[in-house]
Amino acid sequence: MTVLVDRDTRVLVQGITGHQGTVHTVQMQKFGTRVVAGVTPGKGGTAVEGVPVFDSVAEAVGKTGANVSVIFVPAPFAKDAFVEACDAGIPLAVIVTEHIPFHDMLTMFHYGRLRGTRIIGPNCPGVAAPGKAKAGIIPNVVFRPGRVGVISRSGTLTYEIVSGISEVGLGESTCIGLGGDPVVGTSFTEALPMFEADPETDLLVLVGEIGGTAEEEAAEEIHRHFTKPVVAYIAGGSAPPGKRMGHAGAIIAQGRGTAASKVAALEAAGAAVARFPYEVPTLVAERLRGAGRP
Amino acid sequence: MVKLTEGRGKELFRKYGVPVPPGRLTRSAGEAERLTREQEVPLPCVIKAQVLAGGRGKGGAVRFAATPEEAKEAAAAILGQQFQGETVREVLLERRVAIERELYVSFALDRSLRLPILIASRQGGVEIESVADAAIDRQAVEPLPGLVAYERRRAAGTLGLAGPLAADLDRLLQGLYRLFQEEDAELVEINPLAVVDGHLLALDAKVIIEDDAAFRHPEYAELRDDRTPLEEIAREKEIAFVQLDGNIGVIANGAGLTMATLDVLSRFGGRPGVFLDLGGTDDPNKVTEAFLLMSRARPSVVFLNIFGGVTRCDTVARGLVEALKRVPERERFPLVARIRGNNEAEGRAILQSAGVTSLSDLHDSAQAVVEAEKTAAAAGARTA
Repeated sequence: MTVLVDRDTRVLVQGITGHQGTVHTVQMQKFGTRVVAGVTPGKGGTAVEGVPVFDSVAEAVGKTGANVSVIFVPAPFAKDAFVEACDAGIPLAVIVTEHIPFHDMLTMFHYGRLRGTRIIGPNCPGVAAPGKAKAGIIPNVVFRPGRVGVISRSGTLTYEIVSGISEVGLGESTCIGLGGDPVVGTSFTEALPMFEADPETDLLVLVGEIGGTAEEEAAEEIHRHFTKPVVAYIAGGSAPPGKRMGHAGAIIAQGRGTAASKVAALEAAGAAVARFPYEVPTLVAERLRGAGRP
Repeated sequence: MVKLTEGRGKELFRKYGVPVPPGRLTRSAGEAERLTREQEVPLPCVIKAQVLAGGRGKGGAVRFAATPEEAKEAAAAILGQQFQGETVREVLLERRVAIERELYVSFALDRSLRLPILIASRQGGVEIESVADAAIDRQAVEPLPGLVAYERRRAAGTLGLAGPLAADLDRLLQGLYRLFQEEDAELVEINPLAVVDGHLLALDAKVIIEDDAAFRHPEYAELRDDRTPLEEIAREKEIAFVQLDGNIGVIANGAGLTMATLDVLSRFGGRPGVFLDLGGTDDPNKVTEAFLLMSRARPSVVFLNIFGGVTRCDTVARGLVEALKRVPERERFPLVARIRGNNEAEGRAILQSAGVTSLSDLHDSAQAVVEAEKTAAAAGARTA
């Protein structure tokens, strides 16, 4: 396994019979992903796009060997769906669902830790490794296989930046959208060591935004343990304090969570920080040349 | 988020066994007189404006009364007044107590630890940010076992409480933590938590309820008063819409891209006034609704910035063209469109056929937007 997903990934889709579940099952298949099962209670025995549907996650895992679950289940039911995945022994859950109450997410996160299930998300586009597999909803068209890793708290902005990297002739090893909620299952700090250990990643792009201190903590991790070059972009530099800027987690509260603080921390850790999203590909190319990897 | 006024917060405190002084809420000065005369609120009492802003004491929004007549006068003086932009519609009448000590406790979310955090401070009645770290104790609470006895004992130690007061705190913290969880609060804060006559009393209440839990808390729906009317309509249509101070309207898809768009505009001297995040949609009608909503905010110029991913460029283009047909001539605004990504060519062709030119470069289009705003401002100055 490279970072989180690879050719051995066997995807299960919880909520496969819903509109989003079905649409993205097709897209994951087109990306080359092995989507082996779907779960919708009450619809066991049917099929969606050739994928068998089961009533329970345990049954789906038992019959198909699924090892990653992508969860599209609506927010009021997402906690229960996740616990079912944990109890069935799924090691990685990608939670696309948005608007999950953070109290539910706290329970899910700590229950997942007990059961050994990692969460990506919630409110996230998921994980994609071009040429290998995708667990989530990142559009297939933006990718080109390559050696740039990408971690981000946003969705569309990530697609834009990844697309820019692909257009200048570079490409991506793995891209992870961590999600825009205040409580996420995997933070920048936890994702960094995966890319450090990944032999297929030469450089990491970090796309952050205002709110919280995840970027400052990432800067600390980069300074101490991350040896590959880092290019960063932080969205929300012009955002006023106290307004939630679209993402539940994107809010400057009590003077904490400003873009200026994040940019300063990342620059101090040696990252090249882009002022605009469209500067990222240029900085990536420069840093790769600097590291002797054109 | 829903911020509760002190009075609403104290109603919740009562429900969860957190002790508060005897008191009543009212919207009329006459009622204030009656409540005190009939001793439903014991005298002497305190009359507090029910607004969300802080600093009420210094701002004259908290008064005292020893007689029913004084209670009426005080309520009349406060009701209807403006306090930091909020109109006072309600006052809380509460028995005035003799404070021996002022402490502080709260539960909040620690995003980094991904745990609830219990904050206890020996110093209360002042802003917690101004209290020296040495006087504050922060304890993370594991949500699966919940708040356990030794954590409550440690808080009592921090606050210097022993004997019956420690027992009071033990019960109070259990109730407050249960409130934090069951009401889906982002923050519950008691500041000050007072020692009065050998007991603990919550003299103020700050409670913030999380939006995402609205599906299991319909009781808070009517209290969402932190939104502008247009923000409220947007919420009903599931469009993220935020009003800022400037004149440029921004429509983008995805929170990160929207913020980045505002940043780029600001760098070129543009002042965004409204932003609207289409999110992920494949429904042109939602796009039409979004544009109509934007036109009601009366922007000087609108910048459409779409990166087609889950939301395809042609979907947005179709929705936009439909909206343009429906916006009356006099409410039209200059439009700069920048589209990239999924079905870009198709989207561009649809826009072209409706007479809308679209660009693909973010840098160039942001500059075009700022230019268009200057032109609009100059035209506005001429007609005015």
